[in-house]
Amino acid sequence: MSDSSIGQPVHRREDERFLRGQGRYTDDIHLPGEAHAYFLRSPHAHARIRGIGTAAAAQADGVVAVLTGEDLAADGVGGLPCGWQITDVDGNPMKEPAHPPLAQGKVRYVGDAVAVVIAESYWQAKDASELIEVDYEPLEAVASAARALTDGAPRVHDEFDDNCCYVWEIGEGGEVDAAFDSAAHTVSVDITNNRLIPNAIEPRAAIAQYTPGEERYTLYTTSQNPHVTRLLMSAFVLQIPEHKLRVVAPDVGGGFGSKIFHYAEEAVLTWASRRVARPVRWTAERSESFTTDAHGRDHVTRAEMALDGDGHFQAMRVRTTANMGAYLSTFAPSVPTILYATLLAGQYRTPKIHCRVTAAFTHTTPVDAYRGAGRPEATYVVERLVDACGRALGIDQAEIRRRNFIPKDAFPYQTPVALNYDVGDYEATLDAAMEMADVAGFEQRRAEARSRGRYRGIGYSTYIEACGLAPSNIAGALGARAGLYEAGEVRLHPTGKVTVFTGSHSHGQGHETTFAQVVSDRLGIGIEDVEIVHGDTDRVPFGMGTYGSRSLAVGGTAIMRALDKVIDKSRKIAAHMLEVDAADVEYDDHGTFRVAGTDRTLSMPEIAFSAYVPHNYPLETLEPGLDEMAFYDPTNFTYPAGSHICEVEVDPETGRVEIVNFTAVDDFGNVINPMIVEGQVHGGLAQGIGQALLEACVYDDASGQLVTGTYMDYTMPRADDLPSFRVDTRNTPCTHNPLGVKGCGEAGAIGAPPAVVNAVIDALGPLGVHDIGMPLTPVRVWQAIQQAGGSRAA
Amino acid sequence: MYAFEFHRASDIDDALKQLGADDEAQLIAGGQTLLQSLRQRLAMPSTLVDLGGLTELAGIERDGDALNIGAMTRHADVAGAAAVHDAIPALAVLAGGIGDAQVRNMGTLGGSIANNDPAADYPAGLVGLGATVVTTEREIAADDFFTGMFETALGEHELILGVRFPVPRRAGYVKFPQPASRYVLVSVMVAETDEGVRVAVSGAGPCVFRVPEMERALAADFRPEALDGIRVDPGGLNEDLHATPEYRAHLVGVIARRAVAAALS
Amino acid sequence: MNVSLTVNGQAVTRDVDPRTTLVELLRNHLSLTGTHVGCDTGQCGACTVHLDGRAVKACSVLAGQAQGAQVTTIEGLADGGLHPMQSAFRECHGLQCGFCTPGMVMAAVDLVKRHPDPDEATIRDGLEGNYCRCTGYHNIVRAVRRAAEQM
Repeated sequence: MSDSSIGQPVHRREDERFLRGQGRYTDDIHLPGEAHAYFLRSPHAHARIRGIGTAAAAQADGVVAVLTGEDLAADGVGGLPCGWQITDVDGNPMKEPAHPPLAQGKVRYVGDAVAVVIAESYWQAKDASELIEVDYEPLEAVASAARALTDGAPRVHDEFDDNCCYVWEIGEGGEVDAAFDSAAHTVSVDITNNRLIPNAIEPRAAIAQYTPGEERYTLYTTSQNPHVTRLLMSAFVLQIPEHKLRVVAPDVGGGFGSKIFHYAEEAVLTWASRRVARPVRWTAERSESFTTDAHGRDHVTRAEMALDGDGHFQAMRVRTTANMGAYLSTFAPSVPTILYATLLAGQYRTPKIHCRVTAAFTHTTPVDAYRGAGRPEATYVVERLVDACGRALGIDQAEIRRRNFIPKDAFPYQTPVALNYDVGDYEATLDAAMEMADVAGFEQRRAEARSRGRYRGIGYSTYIEACGLAPSNIAGALGARAGLYEAGEVRLHPTGKVTVFTGSHSHGQGHETTFAQVVSDRLGIGIEDVEIVHGDTDRVPFGMGTYGSRSLAVGGTAIMRALDKVIDKSRKIAAHMLEVDAADVEYDDHGTFRVAGTDRTLSMPEIAFSAYVPHNYPLETLEPGLDEMAFYDPTNFTYPAGSHICEVEVDPETGRVEIVNFTAVDDFGNVINPMIVEGQVHGGLAQGIGQALLEACVYDDASGQLVTGTYMDYTMPRADDLPSFRVDTRNTPCTHNPLGVKGCGEAGAIGAPPAVVNAVIDALGPLGVHDIGMPLTPVRVWQAIQQAGGSRAA
Repeated sequence: MYAFEFHRASDIDDALKQLGADDEAQLIAGGQTLLQSLRQRLAMPSTLVDLGGLTELAGIERDGDALNIGAMTRHADVAGAAAVHDAIPALAVLAGGIGDAQVRNMGTLGGSIANNDPAADYPAGLVGLGATVVTTEREIAADDFFTGMFETALGEHELILGVRFPVPRRAGYVKFPQPASRYVLVSVMVAETDEGVRVAVSGAGPCVFRVPEMERALAADFRPEALDGIRVDPGGLNEDLHATPEYRAHLVGVIARRAVAAALS
Repeated sequence: MNVSLTVNGQAVTRDVDPRTTLVELLRNHLSLTGTHVGCDTGQCGACTVHLDGRAVKACSVLAGQAQGAQVTTIEGLADGGLHPMQSAFRECHGLQCGFCTPGMVMAAVDLVKRHPDPDEATIRDGLEGNYCRCTGYHNIVRAVRRAAEQM
């Protein structure tokens, strides 16, 4: 094979099965003898359970079993563990409440599971659930983190004195305060980062089976990381040894973070499958997704910037309150800390930064990583604050950014908040974005819009993210209880076909194509002859899964390391076959071994064949077979960055915002498949724009009831809410992984929200509007205009 | 869903017979609202009487100065019919903006008005155009048909056959959707008819209502500007996550002006 | 109750609980799992199929309502090869996780039938009833446009 597919928009190999309806998602799988589970959930945000009467339900038609938290406890089933421990400002570990898979004693959010009914059919299970008599003593609830932290607020966990999970900080507070005291200018913003519900279109689902003869469990589940789920179930919840538990995540219909975590239903079904000696299946109704999928964001922040007389940033001070929900989801504590505060330098040389984060328990669904996870929150803080600085000091928005950018010759650059950026060129993406967005013609477009009664504005966001999660030693130092490496195995078959086993999981990212491109290129074997296997703990050696834009940077590098081993061994085989010294065998990196200085060559398939028919091998020194695996633990994060420019028009009469142009120019390092990368950007932008304009998870603070519990009230971005996007890249290759890649999955969701909000603020400046909280719904925009006293729209 | 029996009516008499035989029986037309209520366990009929086979209730016909539309006519058919575009283009706009394409392919005129969701489009359409609902028992003026939130003048065993829309001189319909559900946040049908001007509002209140002050102003001067300065009282208007009563009251003015402009265009 | 209908050209009869929706009939009784369920309020459109030639949400139609009808699902859209809409989705990268895709494709085919030469606004408006969380719709819009040129 001569033409490399690297950098080519290769069409996806997974598409045909999806387009024909032949995908195999969890709910598509049926096991013989399966029973159906329905989870009875709390209608109260906070209540004591005085008793659960299950007798009538147990007698109902078709019911196999009715199980409660007491049954779990009696069988010694443990709580759901948290994989990240934060050490607070006083050196104490965070408060870490027990998290029983079925409530024991109390319910703590609407949707908290109280019992499970297993029956012959789903309807029978659901009908019977209405016969369960739960004697609730409703208690006062609190949904907002701010109120949860006040004296006298209802306590979420009786075992703790208050609702504060931890107070954590980074940076030198004293130095920052001193810089503020001597600053020429200070600017502040108050920001709410709205809570979101991830809403993968495939609802969570699981099917568990116990095979008595083998004493073995199989769990099919909608997971982004089946090995992590197995690990948590094995080590903490069910104590089933790993070799007796197989976790399969087949085709998964989107995750966006929400399918990283180990959920109660997975543990309960697996446990119950043995108890009832039947496979047990469950698929969430969308209303259950709303109350039980881990939510995202929900920060309240005050951020301040100290500047010198020329608009150079001198110091930044940030105070954030983060809502953790009722329990700590798998990676929740990391989101407002390591994934958030470490990003507050943004693309800027701000020399001093101090951030304090207070995390609170509330009577709401647990909050955890959602596309971007901490980095969108950081970017929103930084880019809204920078925007406010530009407005306060009368400096053009592009100029104030350029004035403070880390210059491209300053890398590697150590920020004051722990990260070491390896490479970047922020001016390059900003220049390109401004050209693509035709910033030069904007004022003319603004005037034209005004003549039609519309207010037009332009907004910038020059963001950075830390991806390729994560160097285990850094993560461990910051509280991770797991490593964040990845595993890959490359198996050449005798006929020269290749199977690659990766711990990364594809649920839309196109790994079956991109990873195959990488392997195909390196081995000189056609893409069609390379199969990518993922999502099955029985087939893939190990894996930490897919999140944090890590698949190619970490999972791909693990495969590259395995390929290195394959090539090393192949070189030895070639030397043997060609009867030369291994040192004299050259590899052209694309499938051909050659005796240096000669035309004697061997192809990879020839070597693979030989490896499996080793009749004349010196078996003492050369093993048969060609199957290598590697673990890769990254040495640093990767730092994708970019410039997003949004142009909006606002109808001042209705408050409706229309995005008329959105330009994103990103630096993702090397790109293997630009078609897939662009698709990832588009999807991220839609979620970022969704957060900015449409989406909000709203609780009633006093009752803890979820107000936006269906698609009738939670606004999902639809095709006609969005424009076509203008996207491009200006790439600087990552310096510390062999592919030079940085990751692209979260960029859109990170960069877009402040660009949109800054554009609306720019549009409405003439009406006196300087701040609107996300999402910028028509009613909120209209109210902001009213409060500013502007316009005939009153 | 709770358990129920399903009966596909063979004709109108059969449907009425089924309805009469069982107090808990309920009609299903297109089912686009009812199915969601059933799935959420908000409705508990003993029997569903399906009108889907009653093709005699589907159809659009111009009859002199009126447009007759059968109760089982799908929204998509109203939106696409040449007769509707010719006679009352605003009605085609209304039907073409209900729900989404798939909902419009199933949902029916009769089903929508019998449900009388305060956030549905048709109530403003019928009241604004001064339509008449024709049932198995009588004819009911739209003004009298919609009696309150999810309530109509229909009797227990009365079935809607169709709606007669008088053809107006001109009419305009504009909808401002609730962002999440895409139901009506505020919509206005404005029509100039031989009997005068009618302005009907959906979405803003618990039930469709007319705005007499706007009707008088437009009767004198059928231009958007004629509505300037007319304020709708927010008292009694709906309040939810997506709009305050004040915002809805304000939108009634904005959307009414735009509906007038649409009628003029 | 018995329901008889034609699915992808094949006459089928099944004895079902009256509360069975069309999508449950397809998925659970006919093993046509290409049609997906993404919500319980009729918004997401993942379950879109053609009922007598028109796109409907199969979660919002009872099996009994489909008595005697012709139903086409994603599995029956093309004979052998890919339908031009399916091909266009592949060529334009109009799908990622694939979950919304069958419903999106079925809705898009219906859209192009009604609007043979749709502009971008028509396409975006016409897909109002289908959620996609992955693609941001950008490439779906391109795919529908391309398919319209080829259909």
